[in-house]
This record gives sequence, C-alpha cells and structure tokens, in this order.
Amino acid sequence: MMRTRRRIPVSQAQIHVRVNGSEVTRTVEVRRTLADFLREDLGLTGTHVGCEHGVCGACTVLLDGRPVRSCLLFAVQADGAEVTTVEALGTPEALSPLQQAFMDHHALQCGFCTPGFLMSATALLRDHPRPSDELIREMMGGHLCRCTGYAAIGEAVKTAGA
Amino acid sequence: MKPAPFEYLAPRRRLEALEALSEYGVEAKALAGGQSLVPLLAMRLARPAVLVDLNRIRDLAFIRPYNGGLAIGAMTRQRTVEAHRLVVARVPLLAEAVRCIAHPQIRARGTIGGSLAHADPSSELPAAAAALDAHFVLASVRGERVLNSEQFFTGYLTTALEPDELLTEVRLPALLPDAGWAFVEIARRHGDFALAGVAAVLRLDGDGRCTEAQLVFTGVGPGPVRIPQAEQALLGQQVPGPSVAEMARIVQDNLDPPTDIHATADYRRHAAGVLAGRAMLQAANRTRERR
Repeated sequence: MMRTRRRIPVSQAQIHVRVNGSEVTRTVEVRRTLADFLREDLGLTGTHVGCEHGVCGACTVLLDGRPVRSCLLFAVQADGAEVTTVEALGTPEALSPLQQAFMDHHALQCGFCTPGFLMSATALLRDHPRPSDELIREMMGGHLCRCTGYAAIGEAVKTAGA
Repeated sequence: MKPAPFEYLAPRRRLEALEALSEYGVEAKALAGGQSLVPLLAMRLARPAVLVDLNRIRDLAFIRPYNGGLAIGAMTRQRTVEAHRLVVARVPLLAEAVRCIAHPQIRARGTIGGSLAHADPSSELPAAAAALDAHFVLASVRGERVLNSEQFFTGYLTTALEPDELLTEVRLPALLPDAGWAFVEIARRHGDFALAGVAAVLRLDGDGRCTEAQLVFTGVGPGPVRIPQAEQALLGQQVPGPSVAEMARIVQDNLDPPTDIHATADYRRHAAGVLAGRAMLQAANRTRERR
C-alpha cells in the first residue's frame, strides 16, 4: 500500500489569508479563532464577539463570500481563503448603501450586533438583489438583536435591495 | 470560552486522515463543519489532544447518483444539500429536514456527516436518515463497513463509530413513486433544536390505503426514536382517516421523553403525537400530488 506523506500535528501554523482585499501572512496558535485573529492580531475590531459559541451571529464575516460564524472557525482553517469583514463595507464619512439604509431605518440602537447583520445582508443582497420578506427573515434569523425588535432591520435590508 | 490547547492536522487526503485517527485514537477528534464541536471546545466540554480537520479533503464532499438513490459525502455542506437538484428530486425529505437546521450561516459550514456523527438527540438529520433507510459508510485503515441507522445510532450523542473510524458517506434510497414525505418539528424559534419533531414517509396504494409508514421522532429520546406499533396502526388504513388519530394516540402512549429546561416530558409527548398526525396528512397530500 502506498503511504501518504506524513504531516505532523502542530500547535502553531503560518497562514496566508486575503482580508478585505489585502494579503496577510501571520503565525497563529491553531486554537486561535478567526474572530480573535481578526480582532486581536489584525486590529479589525468591527467584527464583534458576542456569545462565542455560534448562537448570536455578531461575529459573522464572509468566508470566500459566504456568511459564517467567525467564532466557530479557527484562523488556521482560513489559510488560503478570502475573508471579508464589516471594515470592507464603508467608512464613517461614506457609508455603504446598506449601512445608510440601516441608519435611515433606525435598524440599530447599541450597534453591537450590527456588523454581523450587515455581513449576512451583504451576501443576501449580492445573491438576491431584491430579496423576498421570507428570504430576508431566513437570513436575518441567524442573528440576535436585543434592541430593535428586528422589523426595522428587515425594512433596511429590503430598502437597500430596492 | 477559549478552547484548551490542542494540536492540529489538516490532511488533504482521506487515507492520511484515517492514518491519523488510527495513530491518535481516543486522543483525536475529527473536525467537520465545527458548528457543534467548536462550541464544545470553547466550553471545554471536549479537550481532544489532536484535531484532525477534514475540511481540506476534497473527495469527502460530493452528491452523486447511487443505486437509483444518492450517495452523499460526509463533508458535503448542509447549505449545498438543501438546494441540490438531485436531493430535491430523489430524497426531498432530506432537503426539508436540512432547512430546519439552525440558520443559513450555520449550514454554510455545517456538514451532513458531522451532524450525523455528532448524533445530538434533538437534531434533525438522524431522524431523517432513519426514516429514509439510510446506510452509513464507516472507514478506517482496517477497512470499510456499512451500517443501517439502527446499527449506527447507539444512544445519547453516541454512534457505532470507533475512535479510528470516520463516517465518509451516507447512502439514501430514492423516494418511491407511491410515497409522500414530511418533516415537521416544534422549536421555540426557527433554527433552535427541536423540542419534538418527526420525519415521516408514507406509501399509499391506488385506493389511498397505507402500504408502508415510517415515523421517526427527534427530541424525545436518546437518539432517533421509532414506534413500530404506531406505524402498524396505519397499515391498510385510509390516510387521511380515523387511523391517524389512533396512530397519534399510540405515539403519545409509548414515548418516554425527557423533561429539561426547554420542555416537560408531557409537553413533548403531546407535541410528538400532534406532529405525527400532521406529518402523515402532509405526506398523504404529497403522495397524491406526485401521482
């Protein structure tokens, strides 16, 4: 039987990740979550860490374009991938249309959950430029918001898509 | 809330993963989509010494025709399965069950094999797999074996997988032309684990009489729960008809669900009977729509 080339388990690894369009190379402890990597190692603190076990959705980022929980992924698993965070959307001076819609519709109060909602909505609107209410609810259902009661968030997403 | 230190291996080939599982045995844990395992690591309820990440093994992710039905690779993402043309055409119950799992963001990572191997007693896929008469392919360096769901699911969060074995594939027969299906569950919020749920397959003859019924419950026992007496109560009977209420009563009389923070045993027992009735009616309607 042909033996495969043996790889040895490691506790640290060098990773190459494309984050918001920039190539990043870092050595990380393998237990570092992608969320902590973005916040602590890259200083991208727009990605928020809420429950840290995949329930709240605050840490949602796009991994190769798909919204995922960055607390349930190790940074080492993103090696070779493209990661998009809320920092890629707009700036305080020039909000993205989606961010502007959130502001116009009062779709946030404390703002803690907002980056996660924005990332899921970004993927939704890319795939479905005019999403149905059902699709919006399905996608936003993966996020918790304790301030708004969700209706305003749904309206903001719908408006941004119109 | 940070995982304890572990060592990490991301093989690109299946054999390499099997060799690692063989070498590290109970010290190792296979990492699939990570949507259940990573929270367990974060809460330090699991502290494996070695994580064998399966995400770089390309040939564990596939959906292909098999014996008229389908073979689905263990690392196939749930989000891929739910919308796949072949899945919707051949095993629509599976697509319906997958859409009840958590949220799109979780299903983007979560895998078919990961959920089945985790065997959470409130999860959707074990019940759906059992109702579909799924077969499970377990591989190790020692070889391969194929188990049915009664053999595969052995109890609370437990399967027949040995420490050196990997679930590589699930085989599912196609839904028969005279069959209908339903997957229904009750959860506090969409996406939560089911308080009670049922996967149902029903076959009717030309006169609308039941020739076969499969009812597998989730959330009401240590694993997928089947109540053969309830299935038998439908045989030869018209669906819809009085036998459906009788079946629901048998379900309620025979279940012994747990009480926990989410729901009482009485509530789960009652809900399971009601859901079984609804599932049978929906399955019967779908049988007729397919004619």
